[in-house]
Amino acid sequence: MNALLNVDKLVTAFGRGDDALRVVDGISFHVAAGETYALLGESGCGKSMTALSLMRLLPDGGHIASGSVQLDGQDVLALPEFDMRGVRGGGMAMIFQEPMLALNPVIKVGTQIAEALELHQHLTGQAAWDAARALLDSVGVPDAERRLDSYPFELSGGLRQRVMIAMALAGKPKLLIADEPTTALDVTIQAQVLEVLRQLRTEQQMGMLLITHDLGVVAENADRVGVMYAGELVEEGARDAFFAAPKHPYSRMLFEALPRPGDGGRLTTIPGQVPGFDNELQGCRFAPRCPYAIARCQSESPDWQELNGQRVRCHLAAELPVRIERELTAHAKSTQSEEPLLQVDGLKVHFPVRRGFFQRTVGYVRAVDEVSLSIQAGRTLALVGESGCGKTTVGKALLRLIEPTAGTVSLGGETIHVNNAATLRRQAQMVFQDPFSSLNPRMRVADILLEGMDALCVGAAKDRHEVMTQLLRQVGLPEDAGGRYPHAFSGGQRQRIAIARALAVSPQLVICDEPTSALDVSVQAQILNLLKDLQDSLGLAYLFITHNLAVVDYLAHDVAVMYLGRIVEQGAAADVLSSPRHPYTQALVSAVPRIEAQTGQRIIRLAGDQPSPLNPPQGCHFHPRCSHASEACRQTFPDPTLLDNGHWVRCHWVAAQS
Amino acid sequence: MNSAWSSFDFVLLWTDALIFALVAGVLVLVFFIRRQEHLRAPWRAVAQRPMAIGAALVLSVFVVIGLLDSLHYREKMPDSPADAPHYSVDVLSVFDALVGDLRTQQEKTYSEPMAMQLYAKEFVQRDGVAVREYPRLKFGGSHLRHASEREPDITRRSLIGLAQGLAVSLLLFGLLAAWQARRAQNSFGEWFMLWGEGRLDWPGRTVAVIVMLLLMMGGLLIHLAAAYHVFGTDKVGQDVLYISLKSIRTGLVIGTLTTLVTLPLAIGLGIAAGYFRGWIDDVIQYVYTVLNSIPGVLLIAAAVLIVQVYVESNPDLFDTAARRADIRLLALCLIMGVTSWTGLARLLRGESLKLRTLDYVEAARAFGVSHSRIISRHIFPNVFHLVLIAIVLDFSGLVLAEAVLSYVGVGVDPSMHSWGNMINGSRLELAREPVVWWQLGAAFTFMFTLVLAANLFADGVRDAFDPRQGGRR
Repeated sequence: MNALLNVDKLVTAFGRGDDALRVVDGISFHVAAGETYALLGESGCGKSMTALSLMRLLPDGGHIASGSVQLDGQDVLALPEFDMRGVRGGGMAMIFQEPMLALNPVIKVGTQIAEALELHQHLTGQAAWDAARALLDSVGVPDAERRLDSYPFELSGGLRQRVMIAMALAGKPKLLIADEPTTALDVTIQAQVLEVLRQLRTEQQMGMLLITHDLGVVAENADRVGVMYAGELVEEGARDAFFAAPKHPYSRMLFEALPRPGDGGRLTTIPGQVPGFDNELQGCRFAPRCPYAIARCQSESPDWQELNGQRVRCHLAAELPVRIERELTAHAKSTQSEEPLLQVDGLKVHFPVRRGFFQRTVGYVRAVDEVSLSIQAGRTLALVGESGCGKTTVGKALLRLIEPTAGTVSLGGETIHVNNAATLRRQAQMVFQDPFSSLNPRMRVADILLEGMDALCVGAAKDRHEVMTQLLRQVGLPEDAGGRYPHAFSGGQRQRIAIARALAVSPQLVICDEPTSALDVSVQAQILNLLKDLQDSLGLAYLFITHNLAVVDYLAHDVAVMYLGRIVEQGAAADVLSSPRHPYTQALVSAVPRIEAQTGQRIIRLAGDQPSPLNPPQGCHFHPRCSHASEACRQTFPDPTLLDNGHWVRCHWVAAQS
Repeated sequence: MNSAWSSFDFVLLWTDALIFALVAGVLVLVFFIRRQEHLRAPWRAVAQRPMAIGAALVLSVFVVIGLLDSLHYREKMPDSPADAPHYSVDVLSVFDALVGDLRTQQEKTYSEPMAMQLYAKEFVQRDGVAVREYPRLKFGGSHLRHASEREPDITRRSLIGLAQGLAVSLLLFGLLAAWQARRAQNSFGEWFMLWGEGRLDWPGRTVAVIVMLLLMMGGLLIHLAAAYHVFGTDKVGQDVLYISLKSIRTGLVIGTLTTLVTLPLAIGLGIAAGYFRGWIDDVIQYVYTVLNSIPGVLLIAAAVLIVQVYVESNPDLFDTAARRADIRLLALCLIMGVTSWTGLARLLRGESLKLRTLDYVEAARAFGVSHSRIISRHIFPNVFHLVLIAIVLDFSGLVLAEAVLSYVGVGVDPSMHSWGNMINGSRLELAREPVVWWQLGAAFTFMFTLVLAANLFADGVRDAFDPRQGGRR
């Protein structure tokens, strides 16, 4: 087969001589025209560096040490820089992860696309403008004519990413490199963007190099898959074969670390983390984390071997035991009918919008509008929704980090108001999303853990040190961790510290705000296991705020789905996720890329984006994007319709059906 | 001993007290920084930059001179009774005592650098006849019998000075090498190899070269200044080298004490504005916007004039000229501090605005930690690097500001030695024919050296604290 892109033993290094860090270490692969090749791996594996090496856009200090890259028979690495500019955009084009950072905020979208057209197709003036509109049309931007005249900040994330794709297409590239194109987007938008990419590939017979860490995205889009680990490719094969039977222990463990529907057991975790490139790398790079490793793995780097059409670099690939399906244990259902630990009624958080010289209030951003929740002790309620729907605000308002506008919150039967906030602080704590910004870099871990105890006067001062050591053990950190600063820890370990900090005042409720979304899959599994263990041993209740439905499935007993500040559907996790009733929940559930073979379920494409909470639509907030919307939906906000088993929905359409 | 002791009256000027308080403060800060790993590491990085460490050595020479010049005393009058001693009205400093005759060897008027005659012809009585010629100086080159001896004498003295400086520096280097080699348990030769190849963990070659140059320069100056006026003399015949050296203290006082006034205002108000927001932020912003919109020179002029009037109407409070000049210097520092805190405050406000939304501050609030504790444990340590950078960067700006203000006439007291006053004086000298250039030249050289050293040091500090620079150097 004549490959479009041929990469042979590419080595990219930072620094020279003995100290060089080989971030990409001898990888070879090829991409055919019309084919999608997915590079899969955790962060720090060298995926993005591979892409930048292909484009010859390495950051300062990086250089390609050896190897060859051939695009359509042309040696890219041998080209002078002047000709390389024609290749970038013309031969291969790249889409980046963060569309806001990749577009110039002060230039109109149309001008930016026209600039690329002028460079590569020598179109100017009206011709370029028309071509730009045609490009926007082809990537599915509604109302393309008007969008050409907007600035990037006027567009939503999904539209911006599509503009980026349109710009990348302006040079009619033969190869499109997509570096985590949807990681920064919500699932419903992600589905739209991936759909566009799939269509373009078939229409224009482009080759596509898709770089991602998301197995689901790979399963739905790739033809062939290459798994990267610590700068090396460790496995390569066709998608179906790969997903049916991954051969390398690393790929297998990636699968097992993924929470899946109906799964109540413990997740398999990969101990440790991706090795840094400054370490001495000898033998198989995965050996230190591999449960099957034998002595030979430590000393000898494995060669490629072929197994049923899949190529894998592992000494043991042929002998590994057959994959064990994780046993599915049902949730240990704690007895219900207890008094709720947390009861929230009619919670509202409105931010005033002030304008003009006298700062008059001209309106309100209704971030949270009439939210009611309840959680029993020892149970987990997941609050699900896309970014901007107000779920984090709910969490912060419960802890009074943001002062709620209205509504009552009662914890353990006691209504919380300003005067007894201390009670609240002792009983409810929060774990934040980003483990890097949630720990003060200037404080030692011990001081971080003691801060809450000191402030709330928990326990006697002399016992606190003892308590701290116990906490560190509880979250699986070494006991000497207390004396170190946060920068000495990896992301997963930092999140453990953050959990330990929340537990320091022995709360009954922990609000987890996307605690795993900044972490890699294998580390996410560690944290989810830890949270589950802590719930079992301490009887904690969790309010789990997330956009990741797979995690919800794994951890939560109940689910509440939020859209634009309101809860639209709530019920037991199994019921809501397996048979969603609200059109929005249905779209959300169907948009999640799944690694299992498709069950014929069609992705429900939502039109447009989530509207601004400053000016929400009349009636049901969802009606402009809903395919079932009727006149009633435009007029009035629906009342809850109770279905079986405590499952309720706010939807006129469902109400009319039942 | 007792009698020798009582022949002095120690004088503690306001600025002296503040300078020594500042030195104590810096020592406490050093002690604090040594214990904090995250603060110590960047300073260690500063010490590894050749440019920064070289600049620091030059700065330290200035600082030592400034500190010696801040230990003031008055001598007892020789004929005063023992039980009720009278002291001289001249306030001297340890530095004056060390430089010895440099202060007292006063000529009649201008003389060129290294000259043995005055700069202008005068009528001199010689053998009963009035002759118009260049009169010999009283001190400069007075040991010479004839003008032709001057150049060989200067060369000889220069060479002796340089040689002595070199000898002392070689001796010091030998001692250092022996000590270092012993500590690392290397042989002397091995250490020397490491040093020569620049593979020590500190920039050994730079330090050695800079110290050697400084010592040689010192030797040169000592030997030349003993017999000549190295930078010439000014209008009233005072040695310009002496004036320039005395000006160092003025420059340092302005640079450091002003910062001392600035810091509490900038840190307190800046962090308060950013952290509390709301009306507190509004008030603080209005204050510094108003302050920024009044020209600084206007405020400074007004304040200095007020102090001057106060001093003149209360002569009993300020018994010596030095005290009067000193209080004016202090007032200048105060008012410059009050007008220059806004830049840093604005910077800190912006940083605090960012920090207060970070999750670790939210987490602390979730524990009900008090505001003062959040500021002291979470906000302040995370803006401290900005404060350090601002101090070092502002210093050179303030030294230059003093020169400008004295030139305009609202700076330090005219009787006080300062580079600004020297430049002010040379305004007329430059209009003379032939031009008197050395006073301006000397002030320029000293100020340039100090400000350049401070700026290079500041660059090093800023790079070391900049996380984006990483380990690059």
